[in-house]
Amino acid sequence: MIQDLFSVTVLIGILASGIRLATPYLYAAIGETFSQRSGVLNLGVEGQMLLGAFAAFYVSLRTGNLWLGLLTAMLVGAVMGLAMAYVTVNLQAQQGISGIGFYLFGLGMSDLLFQKLMPTVETIRGFPRIYIPGLSDIPGIGEIFFSQNILVYSAYLLVPVAWFVLNKTTLGLKIRAVGENPDAADSLGVSVARVRYFTIILGGTLSGIAGASLSIALLNVFQQNMTSGAGFIAVALVYFGAWRPIGVLGGALLFSMVNALQLWVQVLNIPIEPEIAVMMPYVLTILVLVATVSRVRAPSALTKPFEREN
Amino acid sequence: MSALKNKLQSEWISRFIDSLLPVFATLAALLIGAVMLLFLRVNPIEAYAALWDGAFGSPNAFAETLVKATPLLLVALGICISFRGDVINIGGEGQMIVGAVFATWVGLTFTNLPGWLVIVLALLAGFAGGAVWGGIPGLLKAYFRVNEILSTVMMNAIAVQLMNFLLRGPMIDPSQAQLASKIPQTAPLLDIFRLPRLVPTRLHLGALIAVILAVLVYILLWRTTLGYRIRAVGQNPNAARYAGIKVQRYVVLALLLSGAFSGLAGATQVYGVNYRMITDGSASGFTGSAGFNGIVAALFGQLHPVWSIPASILFGALLVGANKMQRVVQVPSALVIALNGLVVVFVVSSEIWRRRRQRQRLAVGGMEEEPPPPHEKAGQAEAGT
Repeated sequence: MIQDLFSVTVLIGILASGIRLATPYLYAAIGETFSQRSGVLNLGVEGQMLLGAFAAFYVSLRTGNLWLGLLTAMLVGAVMGLAMAYVTVNLQAQQGISGIGFYLFGLGMSDLLFQKLMPTVETIRGFPRIYIPGLSDIPGIGEIFFSQNILVYSAYLLVPVAWFVLNKTTLGLKIRAVGENPDAADSLGVSVARVRYFTIILGGTLSGIAGASLSIALLNVFQQNMTSGAGFIAVALVYFGAWRPIGVLGGALLFSMVNALQLWVQVLNIPIEPEIAVMMPYVLTILVLVATVSRVRAPSALTKPFEREN
Repeated sequence: MSALKNKLQSEWISRFIDSLLPVFATLAALLIGAVMLLFLRVNPIEAYAALWDGAFGSPNAFAETLVKATPLLLVALGICISFRGDVINIGGEGQMIVGAVFATWVGLTFTNLPGWLVIVLALLAGFAGGAVWGGIPGLLKAYFRVNEILSTVMMNAIAVQLMNFLLRGPMIDPSQAQLASKIPQTAPLLDIFRLPRLVPTRLHLGALIAVILAVLVYILLWRTTLGYRIRAVGQNPNAARYAGIKVQRYVVLALLLSGAFSGLAGATQVYGVNYRMITDGSASGFTGSAGFNGIVAALFGQLHPVWSIPASILFGALLVGANKMQRVVQVPSALVIALNGLVVVFVVSSEIWRRRRQRQRLAVGGMEEEPPPPHEKAGQAEAGT
C-alpha cells in the first residue's frame, strides 16, 4: 500500500489536487499581503470568504450564471472590506480584535442566509475544466497544470501580477511606504488613509473570490462554516511567505500539497490514523513558521493605526 | 474649590459615559439585527420577545443562561489576562478541548477515588491541559517570534483532530467500540463525579467557581507582582525590559494562564453539563464556540475580570434566547453569532471616543488616570509623538 503512494498515477493525482487546493489560499493570502504591506492586519478574511462563498453559490444557483455569482462574491467581499477599512482607518480600532468581529459576523450571517434561503442542500455545476490545447495532452504535466478551471489558472496568474504591482509600480511603492513609515509617506503627500482603504477593499474582494472558488469552482456546494479555518490559514501564509507574493505562493503550495497527500493517504487506505493525517498541514505550518519567522521582519507599521500630527 | 468640584463632576460623568459605550454598542447591534429580521419578514419585536423569554422567562431559562455563561466567563477571564499582557489568544477553542480531554481522562481512570477528590483533580487537570495548549504558542511567541494569533489558530485545528482521534480510538466508550455505529464518545462519568447542582435546575457548581475565580483574577492582575508585570509587559515591553522584567517569561505566562482558564472551561462542560465527551467532528460541536464568544464577553467587560461576569451573562442569555427565537419565529440562531460579531466591531470602534475624551481630560490637567488597556496604546502613542 505504501508503494502505491509512489506510483505515477497517484503522484500526478496528488500534484494535480495540490495545485487545485491552493486556489482559495492564494486569492485570500495575496489579498492579505496587500493589506498587511500597507500596515493593516485583516483577521476577518475567514468571514469574508464565507459570505463570498455563499453569495457566489446562491446567485449562481438562482441565475444559472457563474460569472454573476463570482461578481456578487467580489462585491460582498469589497463591502466587508469597506466596513473593515472604516473601522481600522477612521475609527482606529484594534485590528486583531475587530477582525474577529468581522469573522463572527461572516460566520453567523452566511449560516443565517443559508438556512433561510436554501431549504434543501443543493449542488451546482461549477466552472468547468479548461484543457489548454496542446499543453493538456502532455502526459502527467498536462493533467497537473493544464487541465484546471479558470479560477485556478487566474489564482496563479495573480501571483506575478501582485509581485509586479507591489515592487514595480508607484502604487506598490506607496503601499510599502505606508506600511513601513506612514509618517514619512504622509509628509511626502501620500494619503495613508486612501492607500489603506484601497488595500483593505482589494483584500476583501480577493477574499470574496477565494470563497467563491470553494463554492462554485472546487467543491460546488455550500455548507455552514465550509471554509473551516482556510481564511486564518491564509493569514498565516502571509507571515509564512514573508509578505512577498512569491513566498505566499510557496507556502500555499506546500500547505496544499501536504493536504493533498493527506487526502490520498486516506483514499489508499495507508495505515495512518486519518486525524493524524489531517493534523499534518497545521503542524507543518507551525514548524515552518518557527524555522522562518525569526529571519524576516514584518512591515513596521503593521497593526498600528495612523493619525496625522496636528 | 468649585472649579475643582466641577471638574470632578464632569470627570465622573465622562467616565460614566465611557462605561456605557458597550451597552450602546449592543443596542446598535440589536438595532441592525432588527433590520435584518425585517428583511427576513419576521417581526423584530416578536423575535426579541422570544429571545428574552428564552433567556430570562422562567427560573429554568435563567439557569440555562447561567449554565451557558459559565464557560464564557472562564474563557473571558483568561482573555483578560492575555489581552492585558498584549497577547492575543484566539486559541480558546483548542484549549477548552484539551482541558476537557485531560479532565475526562482523570474521571475515567481514577474510578475508585472519592467523588470530591476526582472532581478537584479533574478541574486541575483541565487547568493543566489548557495551560499546555496555551503555553506552546506562548513559548513559540516568546522565543521564536511566531505570531500568537496564527499559532493559536493552528493549535485549534490540531486540538480538534486530537479530540476526534482520541474519542474514536483510545478513549472510546467500550460499549460503543463493540457496536457497529461506533459513536465517537467516551464512557459516561460516574454519577458521584458530577459537579453538584446548586438549585433544582441544570445550574452547577462550575458557575460559582467561575465567579470566585473572577475575583481572584482581579486580585492577580491588580494586587500581585505577577499581574503587575504581565500588565507592564502589555503596556510597553521596552519599558518593562528596562525595569528589569524578563519580558519573554511574562509573555509565556500570559498565554499559559489564559489557556489554563479555557481548559478549566472545557473541564466544567464535561463535569457540569455533558458528563462525557462526545464529538461531531467540529470544535464548536463540543465548545459551542465559547472559545470565541468568551473573547466577545471579555471585550465587552472592558477586559476587567469582574465586569466580565455581567458581560458573560448577557452573551449567555443571547445564545440561550436564540434557541427559543429559532423555535418560536423560525429565525436561525446563527443570527446571534452575526450580532455578536457586530458587538465586537462596535465595541472596539467606540474606543476612539473614550480615548479622545481621555486625552481631553489629560490636556486640561485631569486626574491621574488608570493606564488604559494595552490595545489602546498604539493610537495614543501615535497621537502623543
